[in-house]
Amino acid sequence: MIALSHITRSFQVGDQQVTALRDINLDIGAGDYVSIMGPSGSGKSTLLNLIGLLDRPTSGIYRLDGGDVTTLDDAQQAKVRSEKIGFVFQSFHLVPRLTAAQNIELPMMLAGIAPHERRQRVAKLLDNYGLAERADHRPDQLSGGQRQRVAIARATSMQPAVLLADEPTGNLDQSTGKEVMNLLEQLVEQNVTLILVTHDPVIGSRALRQLQMVDGQIVSQSEREE
Amino acid sequence: MRFADVMQFASASLRGSRTRTLLMMLAMSIGVASVVVLTALGEGARRYVINQFSSLGSNLVIVFPGRTETAGIGPGMLLGQIPRELSLDDAQALLRSPAVSRLAPLTVGSSQISQGALNREVVVLGSTAELLEVRHMQLGQGQFLPRGDLHNSESVCVLGAKIRQTLFGSQNAVGSWVRLGDRRFRVIGVMAAQGESMGFNTDEIVIVPVAAAHMLFNTSGLFRILVEARHRDLVEAAKRDVESIIVQRHHGERDVTVITQDAVLATFDRILTALTMAVGGIAAISLAVAGVLIMNVMLIAVSQRVKEIGLLKALGAPAVQIRKLFFAEAILLSGMGCLLGLALGYAGSILIGQLYPSLPVSPPWWAVLAAFGTALGTGILFSVWPARRAARLDAVTALAGR
Ligand SMILES: Nc1ncnc2c1ncn2[C@@H]1O[C@H](COP(=O)(O)OP(=O)(O)OP(=O)(O)O)[C@@H](O)[C@H]1O
Ligand SMILES: [Mg+2]
Repeated sequence: MIALSHITRSFQVGDQQVTALRDINLDIGAGDYVSIMGPSGSGKSTLLNLIGLLDRPTSGIYRLDGGDVTTLDDAQQAKVRSEKIGFVFQSFHLVPRLTAAQNIELPMMLAGIAPHERRQRVAKLLDNYGLAERADHRPDQLSGGQRQRVAIARATSMQPAVLLADEPTGNLDQSTGKEVMNLLEQLVEQNVTLILVTHDPVIGSRALRQLQMVDGQIVSQSEREE
Repeated sequence: MRFADVMQFASASLRGSRTRTLLMMLAMSIGVASVVVLTALGEGARRYVINQFSSLGSNLVIVFPGRTETAGIGPGMLLGQIPRELSLDDAQALLRSPAVSRLAPLTVGSSQISQGALNREVVVLGSTAELLEVRHMQLGQGQFLPRGDLHNSESVCVLGAKIRQTLFGSQNAVGSWVRLGDRRFRVIGVMAAQGESMGFNTDEIVIVPVAAAHMLFNTSGLFRILVEARHRDLVEAAKRDVESIIVQRHHGERDVTVITQDAVLATFDRILTALTMAVGGIAAISLAVAGVLIMNVMLIAVSQRVKEIGLLKALGAPAVQIRKLFFAEAILLSGMGCLLGLALGYAGSILIGQLYPSLPVSPPWWAVLAAFGTALGTGILFSVWPARRAARLDAVTALAGR
């Protein structure tokens, strides 16, 4: 469903050209579980942002569900993000003044879904992620693990086909990180495509498909041996 | 995104920074309140003048001797003649005009009035029975001047309320006799207390038949003729008729000045409306200042909430949506400031009205609308830039908080 061909992304920093991605060719099918690893600055986040339509390639073509999405305008890309893509970030990115429930509701509110349906879905998500008691708590009243669960609930509220997670366990201790990973992997079982950027080789090796990036290029791919 | 959600999201983010929001609303409301109060004062002054004029009488055409316009110097003046005076017969003749319903000739002089051992200086007004209606005056007791012949010099008088009080105290004045100069007059009525109107205190005058006043002061000329037109639309016709009748009677000499109440009123009205608008305009500058403040606050909000904006984009909000959210915030902010300002302004106007009861202070509707419009307008205008700036943020950099 995700098809990248000859994707290059370079940044102009002063009068210097920094190339973050070099000629990336990548196909990811529906329901795939992919981890991306590699040293800092190798372009993992840049690749993930590109797949999430938060960024545009300098050259190359990106097809999502068969259609070229690189040529879409801002509003069209936003619609694709809203309907097909969910993000989970290292630093959670919850809106501090909103409660857990309101944070989960946010993507549905932006999409213009009717309030009563939103309430139903939020209640179900809070329940699924063990947050029912925390519904009215604001992010600063939640633990790191709880915050990341709110973020995952939010990312899945629009039932996206693709979930993009950039170091989702980076700010969590080991056991909490494991919990979060279990939640994400449950989504894979529900046929969600999960693309995970991580520095942790233990976590990375759990993915069915593992990509190694160095200096803007995918240098090796491996499948998880069962 | 639904409208209700936009408003709710915007108001939640305003509540998120309470102090800043309150300060902004205060700035906006002071602007609006000052427009409302200042224009209310201006409008109050305008209405005060109009009230004063209408208490003078309605549809009035006022005739006075001598030509005040500089334009025409008649041959009579070149020959050194003093302008012919206005006589009682001139006044009588004006009734020939079909546009004139009634009139009251006026002579004024001052004299000593005495009753027993009490005496004082008073203004004596010589006129006719019609004065009461033409000048919209109120009689307190007894009767007003007798109707009939203009030349009737019967020695009767009507006292102003205050004069009656000084001369008679608690005693009954009607039917008593007073001395004016060297003549005795019978008191036939007392005016109701009215207070000042157009700089003329009717409580401190004595009114006698115009012919009696002429004898008292040994004159025959009139100070004014107050002419009432039959209808508002006939005021101009009455003015023309009055002029032509007088010119005819004065052998072709245009030696009177005829003004209409409306013309004078219109001039005052124009001046005071312009004044009100000017004052309101100056106050509106403070609204523009409030607008700049709003822009500043919104820019701060944008830079403080860069991550949130990045997040909204990641969650599927297009640029248009982000703009809308910031717009809604600015509109809510200025709208609430506006309402608060209107409340403050009205409270201020009511307070001023209470302190100066004679001034009919009330903010004119156009000023209220203009204040509201300007406040909302500046709020929106000055949030265009911050909103666009927010919408144009790059999602990735914004999320990184860079
Ligand atoms: N907005 C930008 N402007 C300039 N250079 C950038 C920008 N974003 C990324 N880069 C550069 O692109 C390269 C790849 O960055 P990227 O963030 O994708 O690395 P990463 O693999 O995610 O690293 P980390 O593991 O530290 O998160 C880096 O050299 C970085 O400096
Ligand atoms: Mg990264």
